[in-house]
Amino acid sequence: MKSLLKAPLRFFGLLVQSILLALSQIWVNKTRSVLTTLGIIIGVGSVTAVIAGMNGMNAMIMENFEFFGTKKIFLWPERPQTGSQKNANWWQIRFQPEQFEGVLDHCPSVEYLTLISYPGSMTAHHGAHSLENVRIAGVEESWFKIENRSISRGRPFSFLDAQQARRVCIIPQKLQEKLYLDRDCIGQTLQFNHYTFQIIGIVEERPRAFFEGQGDRIEVYIPFRTAQSIRESWIDAMASCRSTDLAEEARAELTFFLRKRRNVKLGEPNNFGVFIMESEVMKVRALMAGLGLVAGAVVSISLLVGGIGIMNIMLVSVSERTREIGLRKAVGARASAILLQFLVEAVMLCLIGGLIGIGIGYFLAFLISHSAGFLEKSQVPGWAVVLAFGFSAAVGIFFGMFPAAKAARLNPIEALRHE
Amino acid sequence: MTDNSVLIRLQNIHRTYKVGSDTVHALRGIHLQVRQNEYVAIMGHSGSGKSTLMNVIGCLDRADQGTYEIRGIKTTVMSGAALARIRNEQIGFVFQSYELLPRLNALKNVELPLIYSNVGFLTRRKLAREALERVGLAARMHHRPNQLSGGEKQRVAVARALVAKPSILLADEPTGNLDTQTSAGIMDLFEKLYEQGQTIILVTHEADIACHARRIVRMQDGQILSDVPARQDPAWALIHGPSAEAKETGV
Repeated sequence: MKSLLKAPLRFFGLLVQSILLALSQIWVNKTRSVLTTLGIIIGVGSVTAVIAGMNGMNAMIMENFEFFGTKKIFLWPERPQTGSQKNANWWQIRFQPEQFEGVLDHCPSVEYLTLISYPGSMTAHHGAHSLENVRIAGVEESWFKIENRSISRGRPFSFLDAQQARRVCIIPQKLQEKLYLDRDCIGQTLQFNHYTFQIIGIVEERPRAFFEGQGDRIEVYIPFRTAQSIRESWIDAMASCRSTDLAEEARAELTFFLRKRRNVKLGEPNNFGVFIMESEVMKVRALMAGLGLVAGAVVSISLLVGGIGIMNIMLVSVSERTREIGLRKAVGARASAILLQFLVEAVMLCLIGGLIGIGIGYFLAFLISHSAGFLEKSQVPGWAVVLAFGFSAAVGIFFGMFPAAKAARLNPIEALRHE
Repeated sequence: MTDNSVLIRLQNIHRTYKVGSDTVHALRGIHLQVRQNEYVAIMGHSGSGKSTLMNVIGCLDRADQGTYEIRGIKTTVMSGAALARIRNEQIGFVFQSYELLPRLNALKNVELPLIYSNVGFLTRRKLAREALERVGLAARMHHRPNQLSGGEKQRVAVARALVAKPSILLADEPTGNLDTQTSAGIMDLFEKLYEQGQTIILVTHEADIACHARRIVRMQDGQILSDVPARQDPAWALIHGPSAEAKETGV
C-alpha cells in the first residue's frame, strides 16, 4: 500500500514545488511575464466578450421567439404550383370549418387549433367616443391558449357563444382606454359599425417580438362563427404543438389530416401551407452557432499567437537558466522533474494570462450589456470561464512542451559549462 | 567477494567523445577503488581526463566501456532516472563556481537536493539548517548568494552537497575561484568533514590543495599515472619539503 501511494505522492510533491517555483519565477520577471501573456490575455478576453455578446444576442432573439410563441403552427390555403388544382380559383381551395372537425383526435402532437377569420376593420363606438380602424378577428376559445393571452377580467368565450354565434367580444385594454370605458365594463355594449356587441372579457397585451413590427392597430376578438355570420370571409388556422420537440410530428400529422380532408390525391401537391415556428427557431439557432464558430475561429488565432509568444519566452527562459538546469540535474533532478518544472511554468503563465483575460472579458461584457439595449442580457456564462481556463492550460501545455522537453534533454555536463 | 568498505569501483573505464571530426579518448582504461572514509585527490593537467573521470564517478556521464559500481550497484546499465537518483542520494557535488541559484537564499539552495528526493517540507528545513551549521554558516542562512563572499558561497555549496548525506563528496577545483586564505578555510572544512567520516574525492591541478588529501591519484592522457598515499607523492615534497620516509629511503 505504501509503495502504491509513493509514486503519486512523489509526483504531487514535485508538482507543488514546480508550481511554487514557477510562481516565483513569474513574479521575478513581472514585466516580461505580463508582456508575454498579452496574447493570451487578449485572446481569452475577446473569447469571453464574444461569447457574452453572442449569448446576449441569442437570449434576446430567443426571448422574442418566446413572446411570439415557439410552439405555434400556421396553416393557410394555398394554390399549388402544379397538379390538377393549379388553376383552381381561391374560393375553391379556401379552408372550410368542416375540414377541421376532429383534428385534435387525429393529430396527437397538436395541442390546440383555432380557425381565424377576419371580417374586416370597423369603427368602434361607445357613447360619444369612437375609434376607427379596429380590426375584428373571429377566433375560437383555443386562440387565447395558443397566443398565451389570459383574460384579465370577465370570461372567455363559452361553448354557447361559439355555437350560437353570439354577438359578444373580448377587447384589449387599449381599446378600453381609447373609448374611455369604465374600469369594469363587462356586460356593457359596444358598436362596431352598425353591429352591437356585448363585452364579456378584457384580454391582456403581450410583449411584441421585434419581427412582428409595430402593431398599433387594435384587435377585438369575437367568436369565429359570429365573424362568419357577419361576413363569410377567408379562413386561416393556427395551432400549437404539445412541445417544441413535437413540432415536426405535428406538421406531419396536420399535413396528412388536411390532405385527406381536402381530398388531395396521392402524388398531388398540397393545396395548403403549414409553417412551424420551431423551424425558424432552429434556423436562427444554427445561424447563431455558425456565427459563434466563425467568431471562435477568429479569436482562436489570437490565442495561437499568444501561444507562440509563450513558447518564445519559455525558450529564452530555458537558455537563460541552462546552468540552473545543469545544477538541478547534478543534484538529482530527473529529466521528468525538469520537464514538469518548465511545463508548469508555461501553464502558469497561460493561466495567469487567462485569469486576467477573463477579468477583461467580464468588463467588456459589462460594457456591451450597458451600451446596446438589445444586448442587455450579455453575460459571461460559467462554461465560458471553464472553457477559457481549459484553453489557456491547453495552450500552455502545447506551446510549453517543446521548450520544456529541450530543457529536460540538456546534458548536465554541457549545461554546467554553459556561459 | 565485495569488500563492504569499498565505496566505488571502476574497472577498465573508457570514455571517448567526438569534438568536431576528432575523436578524443578522454579515459583509457581506468582502474580505481575508493573505500569508505578515504580522502582522495585526483590530480592532472587540463586535458588529462580528470574532469571526465569526475563526471563518470559523479554519474553525470557514462563510460563507453568498463564497469562502475557504487556500493556494489552497477551504474553502467542504469536508466537516466536511476542515475539521477544515484546522484541525488550518493553524490554531493561541489563545483569551482559554486553554482548556487541566485534567487534563492542559502537555506533554499541547500534544500535543493532534498526536493528531488521528496523529503517533506519540515524535514527539509531541518536538514538544511543542520548542514549549514556544519559548514559554519548558521548565521547567514537567509542571505542570498549575492550577499555572500566567495568563501561563504562555497560553504553553502558544500552544505548543499552534504545535505542528503551522500556517500561521496565530489569536489571539482573547490578553491579555484578563491584566494589563498579563503581556500585554506575551505580546505580546513574538508579536513573536518573527513575527520567526521565523510569520504571525499577532490579534483584539482594545484599541488598544495591536493596535499590536503591522504591519497593522490595522478592522471595523464586518460590514464592513471600514479596512485599513492599523499606523503609519497612528489607534490608533498614540493609543499612540505622532503618527507621523513623520503629522506630515509633517499628518494
